[in-house]
Amino acid sequence: MMKAVTKSDLVQVTCKINGKEYKGMAEPRLLLVHFLRDELNLTGTHIGCDTGHCGACTIFMNGKTVKSCMVLAIQANGAEITTVEGLADGDKLHPIQEAFWENHGLQCGYCTPGMLIAGLFLLQRNPDPTDDEIRRGIEGNLCRCTGYVNIVKSIKAAAKKMQPEDTKATKAM
Amino acid sequence: MTPKKFDYYSPSSINEAIEILHENEEAKVLAGGQSLLALMKLRLAAPSALVDISKLKDLSYIREDKEYVGIGALTTHDAVEHSEVLKKHFPLLIDAASKIGDQQIRNVGTIGGSSCHADPAADMPTALTAANARFVIRSGRGERTVPATEFFTGLFETAVGHDEVLSEIRLHYMPPRSASAYIKHSRREGDFAIVGTGVSLTIEDGNVCKDIRIALGAVGPKPLRATPAEAHLRGKTLDDKNIADAAEVANQGADPPSDLHGSRNYRMEMIKVFTRRTIKLAMSRLM
Repeated sequence: MMKAVTKSDLVQVTCKINGKEYKGMAEPRLLLVHFLRDELNLTGTHIGCDTGHCGACTIFMNGKTVKSCMVLAIQANGAEITTVEGLADGDKLHPIQEAFWENHGLQCGYCTPGMLIAGLFLLQRNPDPTDDEIRRGIEGNLCRCTGYVNIVKSIKAAAKKMQPEDTKATKAM
Repeated sequence: MTPKKFDYYSPSSINEAIEILHENEEAKVLAGGQSLLALMKLRLAAPSALVDISKLKDLSYIREDKEYVGIGALTTHDAVEHSEVLKKHFPLLIDAASKIGDQQIRNVGTIGGSSCHADPAADMPTALTAANARFVIRSGRGERTVPATEFFTGLFETAVGHDEVLSEIRLHYMPPRSASAYIKHSRREGDFAIVGTGVSLTIEDGNVCKDIRIALGAVGPKPLRATPAEAHLRGKTLDDKNIADAAEVANQGADPPSDLHGSRNYRMEMIKVFTRRTIKLAMSRLM
């Protein structure tokens, strides 16, 4: 029978995060969000509720959004991850970050890392979403400040910014 | 919140997983983990070992066989929601999958995991009961197939033994002139159901009900077939009056809890309302 990683064993977890390879140590019960924040010092990903409800810890893992408090670090071994730190290109903000800035899509900012990632996943699948589709896309992300109105507005504005130039032209015609 | 410590296994095949489970009676299978890890963080569950099957990609598929659609146990709710095959043959599964948790949960949570977790208020067990699903269970002793009515045995309990693994869920094609629907009644998106109702039906000679299955969720320890309502409709025309009469007896045998989402009396009433609505939604999908 195969050997287990036993309770207090520390195993090396290697993953590619925001294009860079990271290595860290994790015991089996360590949650991915704690691994990112405490072991790798990537504190952009937030912990809101810790029960899988609020979505502040949302990240991309192998191309799909997950709540990183609902995944074990050990399960992320070999995974490709994008966190909020991976959105901007140096000092140049990602269009969705720009859109949140310009449309006042945040107040305290605590939910924002998760909102940006969830919004981006939605736009990858549906580049021109309606308000209802946006609201459904971010149903797993709670914001206690904005009432969501400006977040929906921001994601809509981001959709416009992210459309390729030629489709923008066709739409204008 | 951190789970209690556990041993962790990451088998590379279903047979290896079965072997580990056979040797270790305390071990729990980890699929998508969107229910189990939540319980472990709250220390409501504290298995001494986890057998992580989430990387067994060959258990994630939706396959059209001759007689049935086979869904691999590790198929995510998101994959179910966007399946053209299921949309064509079993739209009630699309209804159910699209209402589970939220996008992030659906990206990871699996149809097999949700079935084996068997939360009485979950959507998938009810929808699968209405679809008359068959569950393929594997162990060192071989393979057996169990119908939905025998698969869900009680509160968070199924027919899957400690050294067995659910590998596939089979949905046998329905005859021509059939349709299905599932409606979840909840106060907010992402909540568990106050009442969940699944219906699949077949008609003949105009609008006469040849066969119907009605399954109710969140009204007792396990999905409940509303057999008195089904019997009331079989052989009758599916008109407003007959549907309303059947809905009146749909809550016979239901034993819903009272909690902060709704009182027992409220749920007993909602069973009637949503049975009626779900039958009508299914009928609207008849070709």
